[in-house]
Amino acid sequence: MAVSRLKLNEEGKGYRVFTVCNYILLALVVFVTAYPLWYVIIASFSDPYAMLQDYGLMWLPKFPLSLETYRFAMINPLVLTGMRNTLFVVVVGVAVNMVFTCLGAYVMSLRRAILRKPLTVMFIFTMYFNGGIIPTYLNVQSFGLMNSLWSVIIPFAINTYNMLILRSAFSAIPDSLIEVARIDGASHLRILLQIFLPLSGATLAVMVLYYAVGHWNAWFYAMLFIQRPALYPLQVVLRQIILLNQNANTTAAALTDSGSAMMLELVKYALIVISSLPILVLYPFLQRFFTKGVMIGAIKG
Amino acid sequence: MRQKAIRRPWSGTWTKFLYKDLKSNGGAYLLAIPVVAYFILFSYKPMLGAIIAFKDYSRAFGIWGSPWADNYGFEHFLDFFHSVYFGRTLRNTLTISLANIAFGFPLPIILALLINEVHNKKYKRLVQTVSYMPYFISTVVVCSMITLFTSEKAFISQIVGWFGIEVTGNLLNYESAFLPIYTLSTIWQTTGWNSIIYLAALSAVDPELYEAARIDGANRWRQTLHVTLPGISTTIILLLILAVGNMMNVGYEKVILLYNDLNRNVADVISSYVYRRGIEQADFSFGTAVGLFNSIINFVLVAMANRVCRKFTGAGLW
Repeated sequence: MAVSRLKLNEEGKGYRVFTVCNYILLALVVFVTAYPLWYVIIASFSDPYAMLQDYGLMWLPKFPLSLETYRFAMINPLVLTGMRNTLFVVVVGVAVNMVFTCLGAYVMSLRRAILRKPLTVMFIFTMYFNGGIIPTYLNVQSFGLMNSLWSVIIPFAINTYNMLILRSAFSAIPDSLIEVARIDGASHLRILLQIFLPLSGATLAVMVLYYAVGHWNAWFYAMLFIQRPALYPLQVVLRQIILLNQNANTTAAALTDSGSAMMLELVKYALIVISSLPILVLYPFLQRFFTKGVMIGAIKG
Repeated sequence: MRQKAIRRPWSGTWTKFLYKDLKSNGGAYLLAIPVVAYFILFSYKPMLGAIIAFKDYSRAFGIWGSPWADNYGFEHFLDFFHSVYFGRTLRNTLTISLANIAFGFPLPIILALLINEVHNKKYKRLVQTVSYMPYFISTVVVCSMITLFTSEKAFISQIVGWFGIEVTGNLLNYESAFLPIYTLSTIWQTTGWNSIIYLAALSAVDPELYEAARIDGANRWRQTLHVTLPGISTTIILLLILAVGNMMNVGYEKVILLYNDLNRNVADVISSYVYRRGIEQADFSFGTAVGLFNSIINFVLVAMANRVCRKFTGAGLW
């Protein structure tokens, strides 16, 4: 603080005026960024009948607070199965991602190996070129993965960009450590498991987070590959209910008392909160890990 | 092995070299087998599969057995060029991505510069935490929020109403509103997150340069112009190449989630058209051809952007 105050005085009046304006401007940025999220949260807890009258700008929830929207959201069986499916994809998917990414990054970080360069080129090539949506679709179909949760796990086992980040963490491990282990007769698997992984803990945490968020938020390929509603991940369920207004009949049937289509509109706010809650709650605590990944990527790039 | 090496030195050294490499790295190569298999099966195989762009694919014959398309295989490309969708989707793709670059590209730089001038640690952290947050909200949720907020009497429609534009139905259904909604929501999603990389570049600028500038009598603004901006110019240029190179890959997920029969004229981009024709209407060969066309243009754009950058700054992606 002492340093910054000194700086401020040093810079004179113009800079002090700028600083005040800057703080106000950034407060505005914070407000504009947070308001849509705040709106969804307060709308979901508001009294539904008051919301029906007026759903324009508001700063606080409309009292009395109510959990009606959440009750109606959970009546739809697709919401629960969606959560279960998404949870499966996140847990199993991240495990698959980590195994494949670690193995790939290990080979890319080998010292003095003939195949390191060709394999690296082969991996990186896929960052710039891909078959496109339809060949990917036909490919997944050819493996018989359609209508299976594996269709959004196996074809996406590696994100090459993440693998490059991990490679740079592996490359930073001192040569001497590996040499000593090699002389002691340690196998490559053992070096990977007992030297590389423990020494790259922070980067591994970043990888897990990136992959987990990616799986949690993914919907496009799930929509392509999975047609059975019981297998829909949460994001696909959200799209069906909120954007396509489908599969809402089960919820509508439960609306015997109010029976209004507007209640269905309000249920959407609850669904958004339910689907974003895990990320929004965990994010502030994990933020430094997320940003770390960008930094590592930036240094490499 | 060793004897052979003595007898035929040129091949001997190579066999010896290979043998040694296999002996010390063979275990690692074994570990790489699943990874290589993954890339072959799920990246390179679909690349070969893109050959159906030049064929009349039918499931009965498979990718390799299907007959070649007319016009030396270019039938589907010609069909696309002659259809009304060619001009429309190309125009929309370019309009949307240019708007995104024009408005979305400078903002993270400005935000990073402003955040960099905040000396109160807690306030800085608050601004960063909040502004990065939308990046983690899923596309489906963002689009859900957009459709909810732009519906009649909801708050975005309300704000638009202050400017004397009465919204009936949903603001998204107005052709003139689609581009602003798309661009502004993308700015909301990505500005904070994209500023991280510039903040990293800013922290890497040598403090002695500021000191020297100060001694030369440069005020804060002049320091920003002559020290800070040159210091992060390489980062800016590299990211601009990437942005230009990704121009054809407009966020089609958002387009597919937001477009409808009323705004399709201005919303439909090449990728969403690929999805609609290729998957929804199961016109596999045609969809692949359109997608391939998109990738080729995209590649040409990256190559050109890279070239221009090399010429002017000596720094490029390759």
